[in-house]
Amino acid sequence: CYFIFFSFQQRIEIHKLRQGDNLILGFSIGGGIDQDPTQNPFSEDKTDKGIYVTRVTEGGPAEVAGLQIGDKIMQVNGWDMTMVTHDQARKRLTKRNEEVVRLLVTRQSLQKAVQQSMMS
Amino acid sequence: MSAAMDTESTYSGYSHYSGHSKKAHRQGRDRHKSPRSKDGSRSEKSVTIQTPPAEPLLGNDASRTEEGQDDNWGETTTAITGTSEHSISQEDIARISKDLEDSVGLECKRYLGLTVAAVLGLLVFLTPIAFILLPQILWRDDLEPCGTVCEGLFISVAFKLLILLIGTWALFFRQPKADIPRVFVFRALLLVLIFLFVFSYWLFYGVRILDLKDTNYQGIVQYAVSLVDALLFIHYLAIVLLELRQLQPMFTVKVVRSTDGESRYYSLGHLSIQRAALVVLENYYKDFTVYNPALLTASKSRAAKHMAGLKVYNVDGPGNNASGQSRAMIAAAARRRDSSHNELYYEEADHERRVKKRRARLVVAVEEAFTHIKRLQAEEQQKAPGEMMDPREAAQAIFPSMARALQKYLRTTRQQQYHSMESILQHLSFCITNNMTPKAFLERYLNPGPTLQYDRDRWFSKQWTLVSEEAVTSGLQDGIVFVLKCLDFSLVVNVKKIPFIKLSEEFIDPKSHKFVLRLQSETSV
Repeated sequence: CYFIFFSFQQRIEIHKLRQGDNLILGFSIGGGIDQDPTQNPFSEDKTDKGIYVTRVTEGGPAEVAGLQIGDKIMQVNGWDMTMVTHDQARKRLTKRNEEVVRLLVTRQSLQKAVQQSMMS
Repeated sequence: MSAAMDTESTYSGYSHYSGHSKKAHRQGRDRHKSPRSKDGSRSEKSVTIQTPPAEPLLGNDASRTEEGQDDNWGETTTAITGTSEHSISQEDIARISKDLEDSVGLECKRYLGLTVAAVLGLLVFLTPIAFILLPQILWRDDLEPCGTVCEGLFISVAFKLLILLIGTWALFFRQPKADIPRVFVFRALLLVLIFLFVFSYWLFYGVRILDLKDTNYQGIVQYAVSLVDALLFIHYLAIVLLELRQLQPMFTVKVVRSTDGESRYYSLGHLSIQRAALVVLENYYKDFTVYNPALLTASKSRAAKHMAGLKVYNVDGPGNNASGQSRAMIAAAARRRDSSHNELYYEEADHERRVKKRRARLVVAVEEAFTHIKRLQAEEQQKAPGEMMDPREAAQAIFPSMARALQKYLRTTRQQQYHSMESILQHLSFCITNNMTPKAFLERYLNPGPTLQYDRDRWFSKQWTLVSEEAVTSGLQDGIVFVLKCLDFSLVVNVKKIPFIKLSEEFIDPKSHKFVLRLQSETSV
């Protein structure tokens, strides 16, 4: 048996939750072009300056929608997130007039391939 | 001008293996001991090279009487053996010196050399004066009158000769400090150069001026001035060749003592092997800790135990296969399971603990002893005249309280034969006089110091032999190895060239030092 890493893209739709005066999504982001990419624990390539999901609160809207920790956010509502600063990313996710955000995320997955099925 | 020529070619034992003649014995030249007992000088530190070229330059009375009074006048004049005068090549020197040695005793050779050097020096110095005076004496009436110009030239000759005298005195009049095996090549060359030079000047003078009785006195005086100028330039050449050239460091030598592996590094310039050996020895006495044979007994006994207990029996017959036997012994010794490394480890750990304990006791004892002494100020000295002691008595008073601890410590570190009670008392009174703390007093006993610190009879290293594969007058090269042997141990000297350094330049604008923060923020949305 051997392990294969591959990444696949997924579209996730999060409905924001209203808490008092704020709309929250229920996760934390890290990364950005103004940040230090070598300290990102989730990225495979340590020069990757994209936006990553660093925490997902339990029971929050993000978890419900299927967002997982370690996902890299590629797009938010059609806006590209691969070359933005940390603050710009935060702003794009927390626009007050949007209740739904549609994310395009990339996730690394670990699959175990069964050798016998390949060989037989 | 007489150059520095020191060619004391009596040296210690065999100087190199290249098959040249062996000098029979060496001569010690220690100025401080009484000179010339025939073999009395053997026991002194005798690798002293007669460095100086102290030859009498002027024939005036002052220097003569000085030499006469000086008991060691022979040592302050340059020694030229017959070899350097006649030839320069190595074989010739060897051959001639062998002949000389066979025919004349060593003392005579030294005196011969000194006499020749003295005569040459005198000759060289008097030559300009002779050039000027001879026409006046011989054909005074025919000479053209030569007023102020000649007088000016006389003054310049006088001052230049004075400068030459002072320069030679400053540079070359030195006490001999070593006996070296072979002649100094540069000095020999310089002396020969001077001799040829003066000889040719005399030749020219004799043929052109004396024979023809030249009447142009100004020309003659100018000729003498040119001789003095040239002598000054030769003096400059001597400075450059003999002194300046060896100042810039070109080689690093590593000196390792054969008995315990203690090593040091020194920087040397362009020197001949024998002079490098001198420098190494001068530094040996102040840098290396004193050679202590008592410290070596432990490793010797271990070595003896390794091969002991193995016997070889030849079962196959009376053949004597020596190399096979020794190889078999080595293999058997290697395979034998011995725990000598264990012994060594525990023995050393034990010894260290013991030394530290004794040291602690010693330090405490000495500190306590020193508290019993107080220095009296001047006013107090008048008040209590009865109890006052001078340093020696004070030392004797406090010595008994620390004597036992000190002796035990010296025994443990095996230094006891280097310090007698008298020397300890002397050192103690010295320290008391100079207001030293107990720690300063103990500095001498806690660790073994350089050889110079101890009494001469405990040195174990006074006569040295230079063993070298290259000729000892050849210069240092990269990779040369030579050995300085004395009776109990030897110093192995390894010469390495200082590497060629490529240094380049880089300019950094002070305004170009800029920094950014490395951020790692996490925001919850």
